Amino acid sequence: MALVGTWRLSESRPTFDALIHDAPESAGREQAFAFDTTALGEWDSSLLIFLRAVEDHVEAQGGTLDRSGLPTKIATLLDLARAVEEREPQAPEEKHSPVARLGLRTIALWDSSAEAVTFLGEVAQGFGRLLTREVRMQWRQFWVVVESNSARALPIVTLIALLVGVIIAFLGAVVLQRFGAGYYVSYLVGYGMLREMGALMTGIIMAGRTGAAFAAEIGSMKVTEELDAYATLGISPVDHLVLPRVLGLFAMMPLLVVYADVIGILGGMGVAMALLDLSVTQFMSGLLSAVSLSDALLGVVKATIFGLIIGLSGCMHGLRTGTDASAVGRAATSAVVLGITLIITANAVVDWLAALWQI
Amino acid sequence: MADMTMDSRPAARAAAPAVTAPPVDVSHLTMQYGSNIVMKDLTFTIERGEVFVLMGGSGSGKSTLLKYLVGLREAEAGAVRINGEDLSTADEEARRKVLQRIGVLYQGGALWSGLTLAENVALPLEELTDLDPTSIAEVVDLKLALVGLRGFGEFYPNAISGGMRKRASLARAIALDPDILFFDEPSSGLDPISASRLDDLILAIAASFGTTIVVVTHDLASIFRIADRALFLDISQRTMTALGDPESLRDSPPNDEVRRFLTRDSGSPK
Repeated sequence: MALVGTWRLSESRPTFDALIHDAPESAGREQAFAFDTTALGEWDSSLLIFLRAVEDHVEAQGGTLDRSGLPTKIATLLDLARAVEEREPQAPEEKHSPVARLGLRTIALWDSSAEAVTFLGEVAQGFGRLLTREVRMQWRQFWVVVESNSARALPIVTLIALLVGVIIAFLGAVVLQRFGAGYYVSYLVGYGMLREMGALMTGIIMAGRTGAAFAAEIGSMKVTEELDAYATLGISPVDHLVLPRVLGLFAMMPLLVVYADVIGILGGMGVAMALLDLSVTQFMSGLLSAVSLSDALLGVVKATIFGLIIGLSGCMHGLRTGTDASAVGRAATSAVVLGITLIITANAVVDWLAALWQI
Repeated sequence: MADMTMDSRPAARAAAPAVTAPPVDVSHLTMQYGSNIVMKDLTFTIERGEVFVLMGGSGSGKSTLLKYLVGLREAEAGAVRINGEDLSTADEEARRKVLQRIGVLYQGGALWSGLTLAENVALPLEELTDLDPTSIAEVVDLKLALVGLRGFGEFYPNAISGGMRKRASLARAIALDPDILFFDEPSSGLDPISASRLDDLILAIAASFGTTIVVVTHDLASIFRIADRALFLDISQRTMTALGDPESLRDSPPNDEVRRFLTRDSGSPK
C-alpha cells in the first residue's frame, strides 16, 4: 500500500473500508499489507485514523501487517494508540425501561427521605450537645448569619412586602368597593399580612436568598474537601456548620416577618388612602378592630418554623453535595425547591391547625 | 492496490499555513498583578519541536508566565509572540487562529464535568472545525486511544482517577493537532508511575507529531527526563537567571539559587 501526498484532518481522506470494497478483483482482497511511504507528504491525525482502520481490518481478517515501511514516528503513535489502560472500562450506566426508572426513582426518594430523617436526628443530637455544653456554639458563624439575614436582607424584604401589601389593598379596594364596603380594606390588609403573606413571602424570599447560600457555601466546602477535613479530625460538621446557620436564621426570621408585616400594612394603607380616601386614623382603627395579637403571633410562629425549614433544607443539601463543579449549583437549586415546597406545605398545616383551634 | 491518497474533494477547512516564526518568542516581558511586579525583563525564544521547561520555586510566577503565553493575561510591558503573532495586539481573527494552534493542559485537568470524556475531546472539534460527526468520532477515538483511554469515552470525569483525568485532558489538548502544547504542573497530584507515564506521553507526542512542548513544573525528575532546555525563574531576583540544558545547568550552575533548586538543597545543615 503506497501512502502518498498530504494527509490533513482539514482535508478529505479516503476511508479504508471504501477502498477495500472498491478494489478491483484483480487486486484481490488482500490479507497481507506492507507500506510504502517514500512519497508521503505532511500528515496529522488523519493518517493515523486511516492506519488504525487498516490495523483493525487485518486483525479482524487474521491477516498480517508489515509496519517496517512506516516512519518510526507513525509506528510509535500507532503503538501508543493500542496501549490498553490497566483498569478495564465498565459500562458507565445501562439504560433502563420507564418502569425500572420509576422504581429507581422511588428507591432514590426513599433513600433521600431516610437521609433527611438521619440528618434531622444528627441536628437534634447536635442541639442536645449544644444545650449540655458538650460542644461550643460557633458564635462567629452565628453572627455572620445574623448579619446576613438582618440589615442585608432588609432591602429585598422591604420591596416585596411593600408590593404585597399594595396588591392586597388593590384587590380589596376593587372587590369591596362594589359592595360599598371599601372601609374594610384595612381588615383584609391586616389579616392578609399578619396571618399569611408577611410570613409566606418572607419565607420564600429567604429560601431563595439564604437557603441557596447555605447550600452553596457548604457544598463548596464539600468540593474542596473541607468537610472531609472536619470528618478526619473527628469534628461534626453539623455542630460547626449547621447549628450556627439554622439557629441564626431561626432567630432572625421572626424579626424579619414583623418588619415585613409593618411594611406591608403601610403599603396597603397608602393604597387605601389614595383609592378610597381613607385617613390614617380610619385605616388604623379599622385594622385594630379586626386583627388581634394572636394574628400577629400566628405569623411569628410561622416565621420560626419557616426559618428552621430554610436553614435545615439549605444545610442538608449542602452536606449532600456531590464532588463535581456542577454539584454546587444542583445543591443550591434543590435547597430552594425543597425549602419553598415545605414552606407552603407547613403554611397550610399551620392554617388548618389554627382553624381547628379557632386561633 | 491503488495508491491511497487524498481525493480531490474541496477541503473542509483550509490547512494551517506553515509557520516560520518561532513558536514562542518572549521579549522583555514584565508580569505584574496591579502595581506588584512578579517578574521583569523576561526574554527567551522557544524553538520548534523542543521540550521547554519553565522551572522555579513556588510563587516564582511559573504558572503566571504560562497565562501570558497562552493569552489569558496581556503583557503589561514587553511582548509575547506565539507563532509570530502578538496576542495582545492581534485582531480577533488572528488571535482566534493562533489559539486554535495551541493546546493547554491545566493543572487540575479542567475537564468539563458535565460532559463525558468523548464529549470533552469532541467539543473543540465541533466548535472550531468543519469536520463531520463521523470524522469527529474517529478523531476522538484516536486521541483517547493515544492517551491510553480507549473504551473510556462514555465516562464522566468524576468517574475516573486523577491520572486518567490528566490524560483525558491531554487528549482534549491534542484534539486539534496543535503546533504548541502547554502543560501546567502535569505531574502534580500524580503518583510516580502515573507521572512517568505522562512524561512518556509528552515525549512521544513531541517526537512523533513534532509538537513544541512548554511545561511548567518544579518536579526535578520530570525536568531531567523531558526537557531539552529549561528556564529558571528566580523569585528573589524577580527575573530569569538561567536558561539551558538542565544537566548542564546542574553541573555548572550560573548561580547558587539554580544550584540549590536543581540539587534539591534546602540550605539547612543535614
